[in-house]
Amino acid sequence: MTLSQTTLDEMREIAGRYPEARSGLLPMLHLVQSTEGRVTPEGIEACAEILDISAAEVSGVATFYTMYKRRPVGDYHVGVCTNTLCAVMGGDQIFERLKDHLDVGNDETTEDGSITLEHVECNAACDYAPVMMVNWEFMDNMTPESAVSLVDDLRAGKEVTSTRGPRLCTWREAERVLAGFPDGRVDEGPGAGPASLVGLQIAQERGWSAPAVKASGATGTEPTGDGAQAASRTDTSVEAESAAVEAESGSDESAAEKKEAN
Amino acid sequence: MVDTLTPVLTANWGAERSWTLASYEEHGGYAGLRTALGMAPDDVITAVKDSGLRGRGGAGFPTGMKWGFIPQDNPKPKYLVVNADESEPGTCKDIPLMMASPHTLVEGVIISSYAIRANKAFIYIRGEVLHVIRRVQAAVAEAYAAGHLGTDIHGSGYDLDIVVHAGAGAYICGEETALLEGLEGRRGQPRLRPPFPAVAGLYASPTVINNVESIASVPAIVANGADWFASMGTEKSKGFGIFSLSGHVTRPGQYEAPLGITLRELIDLAGGMRAGHELKFWTPGGSSTPLLTAEHLDLPLDFEGMAAAGTMLGTRALQLFDETTCVVRAVLRWTEFYKHESCGKCTPCREGTWWLVQTLARLEKGEGREEDLDLLLDQCDNILGRSFCALGDGATSPISSSIKFFRDEYLAHLTHGGCPFDPAASTVFATAGAQA
Repeated sequence: MTLSQTTLDEMREIAGRYPEARSGLLPMLHLVQSTEGRVTPEGIEACAEILDISAAEVSGVATFYTMYKRRPVGDYHVGVCTNTLCAVMGGDQIFERLKDHLDVGNDETTEDGSITLEHVECNAACDYAPVMMVNWEFMDNMTPESAVSLVDDLRAGKEVTSTRGPRLCTWREAERVLAGFPDGRVDEGPGAGPASLVGLQIAQERGWSAPAVKASGATGTEPTGDGAQAASRTDTSVEAESAAVEAESGSDESAAEKKEAN
Repeated sequence: MVDTLTPVLTANWGAERSWTLASYEEHGGYAGLRTALGMAPDDVITAVKDSGLRGRGGAGFPTGMKWGFIPQDNPKPKYLVVNADESEPGTCKDIPLMMASPHTLVEGVIISSYAIRANKAFIYIRGEVLHVIRRVQAAVAEAYAAGHLGTDIHGSGYDLDIVVHAGAGAYICGEETALLEGLEGRRGQPRLRPPFPAVAGLYASPTVINNVESIASVPAIVANGADWFASMGTEKSKGFGIFSLSGHVTRPGQYEAPLGITLRELIDLAGGMRAGHELKFWTPGGSSTPLLTAEHLDLPLDFEGMAAAGTMLGTRALQLFDETTCVVRAVLRWTEFYKHESCGKCTPCREGTWWLVQTLARLEKGEGREEDLDLLLDQCDNILGRSFCALGDGATSPISSSIKFFRDEYLAHLTHGGCPFDPAASTVFATAGAQA
């Protein structure tokens, strides 16, 4: 199956967003998934041709990232967080119950093609544990029972809404948004879920806030009357600092910056 | 005396349609941008330096200093890249921020780009948060329509474009050089440094990479002043930060407070540990920061306080576990995560995390030997500090710290012939019977 002209045009449009076209590869692969239901050999060839790189290079990227699938994904990708916190809070039990209920293993799709089940890593919603994701929308504070009724509703074709987001779309439609083509659902759902607001509510109840701003000298720096001179002065100190960092590379900044993985 | 909680970044999260430009501007949004555009770029850098803001992505490197490292005499374009790949286990602050108030981030991106003289900025968001990506895409579109982005922003002569880029599932892309690889359309494998991204980052051009919360703090600093920001927090850990409580606590959630608050204060605000249970162990800033115990409840949660306790402040991801939780099970699960997420570039991390899982899994099943604890520590010693990035280092943190504090619990698995805990008791839906 070859990709449609529209899809190929959209892939070029994605590549055109970036100073260097290859930067578009990740969203281009999302777009391939949105039309093909997975990363297909034809999709890989198309990316390679548009970006003028080899198909092997595209494959290397497509196999590195876990959201790219080589086998067809169902209408609903159902993720259960089994990283430590969610697992301890009940994610393990939810995942076991769903495997049993759907009669599939990890990263497998139900026979009717509706649901692909996968255990996922921490999805940055730990204050709503145990967490599930359907097509990468939040399903917060789940139990084995609510998980079963969720997948039953999805298979029955009922409209399901994220607990902290919009009505669920299909996995392919979700992939299209990830490729950078909005679907108009941005205004659905709340701004924040209840757990996101607990600290704010306590502060409001007790009248707590950040300190008041002093009336004058707000920025702590002079207005820019003498911008050029200020700039040259600062540049000198910047050079000195840069030199210091380069000289002691491996100590201060490298140790600190390495932790950006956090 | 500064209040116990100081909502700044979270202050508008409960507002009606908080994610829209109209709501954000009603709450004073984009005032910082107007102030910044009236300043020289270097003065913006100075203000951020003077505020004492340190990176909120875990490393704690001074943000203004990082900006100052950009060589302005380099003729190549400068880039700002926002690390919105929030994936460190336990960390859940940037995602709700971008969902509730994406304009706080967008305004921060514009001011920060102006300061470092970048005309193109990228927001790299992990792909697994669809609605958050929608909200940021829409905020960027609204900012263009309002003239906050594009060419000659508000008549300043300054041009800026923002690209929202969705990742595709890789914890390692939270590491800044791996993120750049992903943004260049490659496998997300960290780069050797030096050169640092400030000198040769995206497309080998000078690049600043900052965490979402760091950039989101900039508008308030510019609007309210460096002194205002520095009046909160502790001597070397200035300002406010979002503390994320999760796990066995009565009211998990986001608590924005000056750096230096203690876990005891936070748990009190959160209504205590869940009824009838007590704190057993916790992470100060995600799974890569060594575990602490109930002994450490009164330490200041700032960079220095955590370092003095042999751990790190990290991302203030406070995952709290009570006495129903098996520490060996918890640590094994994190270790399996690091093994899965190791990018495979460096041998000590790729092979080492595999061996850690083998050894730990055997212990957890009660099939190991006491000497395996020394073997684990030896394996950690062969991983720590021996790879390009800190992923492998992070993998060793829960292991070495848990052996330090809970050696007897590891041994109990051997004498018990398996895990002595009931996994049902730790769940949120545990029945009274299961807890007994």
